[in-house]
Amino acid sequence: MKKLSLAEHSVRELNSALHDPRAMDDGTEWYVSDPDGRHALACGLNDELQVTIDGHAGYYCAGMNQHATVVINGTVGVGVAENMMSGLVRVRGNASQSAGATGHGGLLVIEGNASARCGISMKGIDIVVGGDVGHMSAFMGQAGRLVVCGDAGEAFGDSIYEARLYVRGQVESLGADCIEKPMREEHREELRGLLAHADMDFDPGEFRRYGSARKLYNFHVDNAGIEQGDSHE
Amino acid sequence: MCGIVGLYLKDPSLEPRLGELFEPMLLAMADRGPDSAGFAIYGDEVPADQLKFTLQSEEPGYDWEGLVTAMERDLGNPLSWFRNATAVVIKSGSGEERVREWLARNAPGVSLMSVGRSIEILKGVGHPRLVADRFSLSGMKGSHIIGHTRMATESAVSMEGSHPFTTGLDLCLVHNGSLSNHNRLRLELERQGMTFETENDSEVAAAYLTWKLREGETLTQALESAIQDLDGFYTFTIGTRDGFAVLRDPIACKPAVLAETDAYVAMASEYRALARLPGIAGARVWEPEPGRVYVWENAQQASEETGT
Repeated sequence: MKKLSLAEHSVRELNSALHDPRAMDDGTEWYVSDPDGRHALACGLNDELQVTIDGHAGYYCAGMNQHATVVINGTVGVGVAENMMSGLVRVRGNASQSAGATGHGGLLVIEGNASARCGISMKGIDIVVGGDVGHMSAFMGQAGRLVVCGDAGEAFGDSIYEARLYVRGQVESLGADCIEKPMREEHREELRGLLAHADMDFDPGEFRRYGSARKLYNFHVDNAGIEQGDSHE
Repeated sequence: MCGIVGLYLKDPSLEPRLGELFEPMLLAMADRGPDSAGFAIYGDEVPADQLKFTLQSEEPGYDWEGLVTAMERDLGNPLSWFRNATAVVIKSGSGEERVREWLARNAPGVSLMSVGRSIEILKGVGHPRLVADRFSLSGMKGSHIIGHTRMATESAVSMEGSHPFTTGLDLCLVHNGSLSNHNRLRLELERQGMTFETENDSEVAAAYLTWKLREGETLTQALESAIQDLDGFYTFTIGTRDGFAVLRDPIACKPAVLAETDAYVAMASEYRALARLPGIAGARVWEPEPGRVYVWENAQQASEETGT
């Protein structure tokens, strides 16, 4: 295992080492100590590395991740795994706002709570939160799955497109065009897989499913085929 | 942008180290607010029949000894006082109104930074490192302290425009964000008899809380009222003689993180500011919820109360 202390090296040195084509030589495991809330740790990784960050991380940790597995033994600041493309990011503690924002793929696991706007504009990422999520989570979610094992805050799934949402606890309120949908066997099966992948021990039967009512402008079947910029009353 | 930090000690044995523990917190937030900085420290409390007045002059050679001698002569009370760089702290039993009037008449170039039994506010323009060094922050003692690093948006970069703001005895506030209804609220508060030193939006928030407390509300009630009446972005940290409170706007535009151990409660805009505190690895670290009032008062007792 390769070790690097952020008390001794800069964030740029860490990220450069992880981006170096030789990062995979002599083993793929990296251990990063003394993060002390620094921002932009382990961003833009593009190899099948296993990176452990031992402590609390700041903003945009593991952003734009591809292929790598990043585990944070602590809390993270705003925008963990933002725009993730693939791989796995696991936060052992709580996450601040906009966790997994705009993510295209991969799996983000937050073992504690995530605050506001978790999964905002998600585009294919899977997010599993062990605790609660704050207000406006999954806002404008286009694709992917958000699983909340605790409660969801106000305006959950506001203006949602085709992301799929599962909540085990209470939803404080649903956002515009987000509705509860029936939980069928295919959904329980999907959820079972996600929970297993995230290493979370919950019964899929305890969850409710939410998604788009498809009543907003773009979803009306009457609007299909309309060119952008066409006037339409 | 701005950075805010606060440290409230539950373990009195840490009080001699308050400044030493707090200085790295303030400096860690310097890149969120390099324009100016300030802090309000609580400690060295005077008896109930006295008040501490913290004064500051931009003039380095100001004749403080002459000011104190003249004040003793005119107000007829002996004063104890000490100087810290460009500031002095005067302990007086003459009452707030008399001292204020005397200062307005006799010391027009001097700014009255704070009044109270415990509070001392020290602030100035420049990088937080310079402000901390100027006032020898690291050697200070006390029970709690809140601070601010400023990146100005709503009003000029000046000593008066730096935080913390105070408008009442022992009460002060630091603010990250900007208020959109501060002009109108200032007019309403002026009608209620509040006075303002600056055009700053954060001073309006401090005056609002002072007014609500004067009307008989508790700190928690005053902050719950603030959620209704203040419009804009804010994370506030508020200091009182024996307490410390945190409030974020209901949309949570501005960051905040809290950490609590048996020995202290600490607040900061970012976790980086907390990373050097003793025992932080074992602390409970969490993000305060939007629109919820968090209050700690009276040393050992921790309380948390729900807002709207």
